[in-house]
Amino acid sequence: MGEQIPFTIEQFYKHMLQGKFIGGKCKKCGKIHLPPRPLCDKCFLNEFEWVELPKNGKLLTYTIIHVAPPQFQGMAPYAVGIVQLENGVKIPGMIKGIALEQIKIGMPLTIDFGTCAATQPWPQWPRYSFKPA
Amino acid sequence: MKGKPLVSIVSAGLSKFGKIEGLYARELFAEAAKEAYERCPNLNPKKDIQALFVGHMGESYEHQGHTGATAADWAGLLHIPAIRTEGACASSGAALRAGIYAVLSGLCDVVMVGGVEKMTHRTTPEVTEFLAMASDYPFEQWHGITFPGLFALMATAHMHKYGTTEKQMAMVAVKNHYHGSLNPKAHMQKEVTLETALSSRVIAWPLKLYDCSLITDGASCLILTKPELAKKYTDTPVHIVGSGQASDTIGMYEREEFTSLKAAKLAAKKAYEMANVKPEDIDVAEVHDCFTIAEIIAYEDLGFCKPGEGGHLAEKGETKLGGRIPINTSGGLKAKGHPVGATGTAQAYEIYLQLTEQAEKRQVKDAEIGLTHNVGGSGATAAVHIYRRE
Ligand SMILES: CC(C)(COP(=O)(O)OP(=O)(O)OC[C@H]1O[C@@H](n2cnc3c(N)ncnc32)[C@H](O)[C@@H]1OP(=O)(O)O)[C@@H](O)C(=O)NCCC(=O)NCCS
Ligand SMILES: [Zn+2]
Repeated sequence: MGEQIPFTIEQFYKHMLQGKFIGGKCKKCGKIHLPPRPLCDKCFLNEFEWVELPKNGKLLTYTIIHVAPPQFQGMAPYAVGIVQLENGVKIPGMIKGIALEQIKIGMPLTIDFGTCAATQPWPQWPRYSFKPA
Repeated sequence: MKGKPLVSIVSAGLSKFGKIEGLYARELFAEAAKEAYERCPNLNPKKDIQALFVGHMGESYEHQGHTGATAADWAGLLHIPAIRTEGACASSGAALRAGIYAVLSGLCDVVMVGGVEKMTHRTTPEVTEFLAMASDYPFEQWHGITFPGLFALMATAHMHKYGTTEKQMAMVAVKNHYHGSLNPKAHMQKEVTLETALSSRVIAWPLKLYDCSLITDGASCLILTKPELAKKYTDTPVHIVGSGQASDTIGMYEREEFTSLKAAKLAAKKAYEMANVKPEDIDVAEVHDCFTIAEIIAYEDLGFCKPGEGGHLAEKGETKLGGRIPINTSGGLKAKGHPVGATGTAQAYEIYLQLTEQAEKRQVKDAEIGLTHNVGGSGATAAVHIYRRE
């Protein structure tokens, strides 16, 4: 992939809308940034390469949200958790496709990319989620 | 020597905390300022106070930003330099730290630091949204994670790793409500039973209503000066002898562990070192119990017990008035209330009362050294201060 594609949050979500789940890997220290960043916080370098992220991971912790902000009220109660991907990188997200009481720490999950209407005002980020692997 | 003074607190003020209908942030701040002026007749506010640092988290509540100048005006302090500090729920812990910078730099002899938030006129879903703004938007808020949700993620992880129980968390609420029942300025001044707390409705599992702090209106302030000038204003100054502040990733998900707050541990380490005191030396502390699990984690991060033992400390009553180390004698964020921007200096206000023997029914006997622990967001900001009586 070309060097000219910016290593940014915006680009992370653009990639996801194209069906690509990729982070930025620092060419010096090897740290994989999710989201990609324009400056490596470890070595201050700005040279990265795109690396594919594993779609599978395991659940590190979770909660069931009952009191939600206005735009999520219709979905409550819903589960959110933090997932550690197979390469060690962590990412939070909703957990769907499973009964809430069956969710367990350590369970294998896989990511669903979600969609986003092109007419939506900023931000045009898909709402990905996790489901049992 | 234990605790060489950095700066001295010569007065402090606190508005009534609660659902204060009809009063906006600036008006609440005036109430806190008035108490601080009245406590310190030797202070001539207009002549003596040279700068104001005021913590305020959100302009969304009142559609009003620019809180520095507004608070200075309503406190009768125009035309001194006045700025707002923002570090989520640690906004006024950061204001206190900024005031210390100002006095220690030599630029100011006397400053006011404080904080304010007006919250209760908005609906709970609105408040939930405004509070969430202190967490990461692209990856946390965007995916429906709330503030109680972030601390619930820590609670689930703590329960899984250490076996901490919902009962232990509820015990924190029972204790803080008992302390709050002794504080005439607290938002909720009623005791609760363990059964009530444990059976309350779920907000973000495993956190229930009684695991959550309150949505509250309120303001707080302190008057700081150089230690050598303190006696000009009062016979009973309280010295700040240690100050630590630290930051961490805005996204909680990026951190190495979810069962402690690195920023709080780093801030505490700095503050202890500066003050030359150890956790065992602390007689009374106000810690950031935005959720009961946060108080349990605070015990561990501050060294009051080992990692994983926080739940037992709460269960054994060691942190209750009369216990080994009374914590949140004010009622804490749980019962005194949590007007987010006001909380950091409101904690300092309680320690000021304790160390000057003015805490009435909740006085900790012979308290000499106190500590405050103020956390912003899910721990991206933390400020720890250590205080010593004259
Ligand atoms: C827990 C929470 C969602 C409850 O809000 P709510 O569902 O709208 O509750 P209401 O305001 O309708 O209050 C209903 C009753 O519960 C009581 N109540 C509200 N919050 C309470 C709490 N945290 N603890 C105990 N009682 C509470 C109210 O006093 C009221 O009692 P009443 O019927 O006797 O008058 C809300 O208090 C909250 O979001 N707290 C957390 C705030 C927060 O995240 N702060 C930042 C942390 S860093
Ligand atoms: Zn690097």
